[in-house]
Amino acid sequence: MNALNQLPLNIAAAIRSLFGDPHSIWADLTMDIISIILVIVLIVLAALILILLERKVAGWTSQRPGPNRLGPHGWFQTIADALKLMGKEDVTPAGADRLMFKIAPMIMFALPMMTLAVIPYGHGMAPIRLNLGIVYYLAISAVSTLALLMAGWSSNNKYSLLGGMRAVAQMISYEIPLVFSLLGVVMITQTFNLSQIVADQHTIPFIVLQPLAFVVYLIAGVAEVNRAPFDLVEADQEVVAGPFTEYTGLRWGLFFLGEYGNMTAVAALTTTMFLGGWQGPAILPGYVWFFLKVGIIIFFQMWVRWTFPRIRIDHLMGLAWKVLLPLSILNIFLTGVGIYIYQLIVPRIGG
Amino acid sequence: MGLERTEELSLNMGPQHPSMHGVFRMVVTFDGEVITKIEPKVGYLHRGLEKLAESRTYTQFIPYTDRLDYLSAPHNNMAYVQTVEKLMGVQLPERAEYLRVIFAELARIASHLVFIASTALDMAGWTAWTYCFRDRERILDLFEMSAGSRLTVNAMRIGGFNRDVPPEFWPALKSFLDDLPEMMEEYFGIFYGNEIVMARLKSVGILPKELAENLSITGPVLRASGVQYDVRKAEPYGIYDRFDFEVPVRYGCDSYDRTLLRLDEIRESGKILRQAMRDIPEGPVTAKVSKIIKPPAGEVYHRVENPKGELGFYIVSDGSPKPARVRIRSGTFINIQMLPIVALGWKIQDLIAIFATLDAVLGEVDK
Repeated sequence: MNALNQLPLNIAAAIRSLFGDPHSIWADLTMDIISIILVIVLIVLAALILILLERKVAGWTSQRPGPNRLGPHGWFQTIADALKLMGKEDVTPAGADRLMFKIAPMIMFALPMMTLAVIPYGHGMAPIRLNLGIVYYLAISAVSTLALLMAGWSSNNKYSLLGGMRAVAQMISYEIPLVFSLLGVVMITQTFNLSQIVADQHTIPFIVLQPLAFVVYLIAGVAEVNRAPFDLVEADQEVVAGPFTEYTGLRWGLFFLGEYGNMTAVAALTTTMFLGGWQGPAILPGYVWFFLKVGIIIFFQMWVRWTFPRIRIDHLMGLAWKVLLPLSILNIFLTGVGIYIYQLIVPRIGG
Repeated sequence: MGLERTEELSLNMGPQHPSMHGVFRMVVTFDGEVITKIEPKVGYLHRGLEKLAESRTYTQFIPYTDRLDYLSAPHNNMAYVQTVEKLMGVQLPERAEYLRVIFAELARIASHLVFIASTALDMAGWTAWTYCFRDRERILDLFEMSAGSRLTVNAMRIGGFNRDVPPEFWPALKSFLDDLPEMMEEYFGIFYGNEIVMARLKSVGILPKELAENLSITGPVLRASGVQYDVRKAEPYGIYDRFDFEVPVRYGCDSYDRTLLRLDEIRESGKILRQAMRDIPEGPVTAKVSKIIKPPAGEVYHRVENPKGELGFYIVSDGSPKPARVRIRSGTFINIQMLPIVALGWKIQDLIAIFATLDAVLGEVDK
């Protein structure tokens, strides 16, 4: 089991040993390129699997079969859909701001790539180790608002514009409780480094110490990735498809990939911060544990999406500012008190 | 508010918009997301049914009525054939009268199930939608085994039915009625009891009693505004005076009560169906009517309680095999009048919800 656990690290070491000096700049560069390619592969694979999984979960929730025509149990459906998307005509609407219109989906796709690159997938398996991992993650993930607003503004379409504006309103409301809910963990671990935070959870995952923050983060995370019941941005019953209304073919596909990538990223950060990351009983390799936990969070997000109807925009704002924000501040306060008491008691009992 | 004014945005919703029921179109003016003006535009599905009737014989026009409110076709059939029967003075066999009630109430349940489904879907409640369609399927199966078609049933004829229902109809109907309370429990769990649904529908789109009466609103929308008026009780047609049922009424005047009232009506329809199943006699299902229907010259108006409102037929006969003039009074066409008044000042999301609670079917609005 240990061999399996160390397999990715051993492969990495083997690649490095191909170079004369295993720590030369060329070796580092090669490893970085391989890591980035792996993250892109991860996003594409995740999208392929998650789209089908989403439709299967939807079918399971609403008591119907879901896709079941193509391949065994319809497992090839997403591949066929992706091929169909590639064959679609690429349309840029008349009067659109062409440059912004074309950049927006690329930004949307680049973001999960950048956020997923700092997540530790196993022991010593963070593609890029950053001491300010959390700050970096939050800064990058907030940029998705910009991509949505760019798409909404540049499409020259009223529905797109409404959707883009909703994205901004929603993100501003949700970013703050989201950030605050993570502060409790940072206070306990005294670090922004994601690998260190996972290492600190080897006795007890932080969901036990920070249940309130976990709930706040889970809710704000669903809002962050614009999924139901907070999918106001692309609410098809109201604004057709929001910022994506005018996009066709692969550009639309990039948005879609970005959405599922973001979903994976939020689930990965939840796992890292609250569920102990790759830590788990040694019956399975660490990275398997990690993806299992990510899968559970994603399943939960899908389950919520297919059960709840969409919330109204003012209720959403009310929930963010009047409920989640005070709760996350309360959590910071409680964590501070808890740490103070812990520091008072532990030296006396000689712990 | 402040001194600044934001520019108003006029948005065209429909005829092809994901939330519109059929091809309804409204030009909505927003200030931000708040509605300042609504202009409904109808007529995209106008087929000239009233004019078509003048060039068809009385029997030939029955299938056309299916296409009025296509979610409850038996009601349209019934309204039309009863109007002609009233003009001719035909006395129906007992069994045919009971079968008409059974068909009509089944259609009412089916139509209300589509209402719950589409209201949920307009709020992105996908699962509630499939639950309702799953159960509606059983009613459509009942129609299929008795009339051969599922949606546009076309089962009724002037003087009764074209044929009796098959023997397997009765156990299937009974099992459906037995499962009905459990189904309604499920709808309550997935849709009505949901916090988000309550927050979005309660006290939204208030239609006061006076306004409802002045706009001559009918059907569940009127009853949810606190007026206990139902044609089945006020002016019983067929054999509705023999059944023991309540006319549900709610006093909230808001979207949630309009939605909840449909659930009450499903319950009452279930009661009527049970009584009809118990009392239905054996016998023929068609009265003795001549092959070529020639009503005496004269005019007649007859109305029934459609699931969506009051459906009336006004027919002028000149003694020939074709009607001289047919006029259809459709409930939803009049009900959607309230939309530009009631939805003012609400947000775009509320407009979708308010429109959903009107349960408009464009086949009936545009005729």
